[in-house]
Amino acid sequence: MINEIISMNGYEAYVWSAFSFTLISFIALYFVTKLQLSKEQKKFASKFDSLNVEKARVARSQNINREILSNISNI
Amino acid sequence: MFKSFEPNKVFAITSKASKYVLFLFIIVLTIGLTEALVLSPEDYKQSDVVRIMYVHVPAAWISLGIFSSLALLSIGSFIFKNKNFALIAKSLAPSGFVFNIIALVTGSIWGKPTWGTWWAWDARITSMLILALFYGMYLLAWRIYENKEQVIKVTSLIAILGAINIPIIKFSVDWWNTLHQPASINILSTKTAIHPSMLIPLGIMTVAFALFSLLIFLMKYNTELIKVKNKGLNRL
Repeated sequence: MINEIISMNGYEAYVWSAFSFTLISFIALYFVTKLQLSKEQKKFASKFDSLNVEKARVARSQNINREILSNISNI
Repeated sequence: MFKSFEPNKVFAITSKASKYVLFLFIIVLTIGLTEALVLSPEDYKQSDVVRIMYVHVPAAWISLGIFSSLALLSIGSFIFKNKNFALIAKSLAPSGFVFNIIALVTGSIWGKPTWGTWWAWDARITSMLILALFYGMYLLAWRIYENKEQVIKVTSLIAILGAINIPIIKFSVDWWNTLHQPASINILSTKTAIHPSMLIPLGIMTVAFALFSLLIFLMKYNTELIKVKNKGLNRL
């Protein structure tokens, strides 16, 4: 059974390379996107830390900024 | 009309949704791969090489669907002057491009044992390659142009022009004599040339691929929203 799945009736090179290419593309796209997201999150956190008390209070008044900060703390 | 879709309101949902979508994607993909590689039968003519269909066809469908969405969002962005449309389109494009490349590469791998060649300048394959070029131009334009107004205009134009190619891809197998086979599934009719034992894994793999593009979209959209907010912090 396992040998049949692996050999694919002699077409293993075609079938497995097609599936491997698809999965590798998925993994690469996922990690590149994740890297870009965490880079922007880190940039946001460091900019937020550099704000003075008054500006930080104004920034914190926006829901989306609070949401971004809470996501960063969950990483 | 579009107030409930404003970035400030949707971020709370999009930032949390990605982990659930990832979980669901892994489950559906596992079932889909088991069906596609183990449980589905081999084809009486093509033997096991037919299994390439389970990655090639969903990838082609989704890349076409995403480009159609880019065009619709671009038209919407022109009509309603809503920048969020452009942001959604920008976030959809990377997965559409990757699916387009997957469709071309897996199609080429499938072509060798069935047609005896890796590539043919046939109407369907060439029009898919043109779609990949439009995707490439669209993504490149976002990197090249600095001015926000300008980049939205240029990318919208590329998406709308590229959409002319979508019906050409769809009907190329009917309009011209092509090496590529005609459509086996018609969503507008109940007639299908595929047996349910192959149609079910194809459906499951399509759902898995759609979930993956949703996952990438959510992550990319969140990245874009944070970029906007980063600029907002500079202005404080």
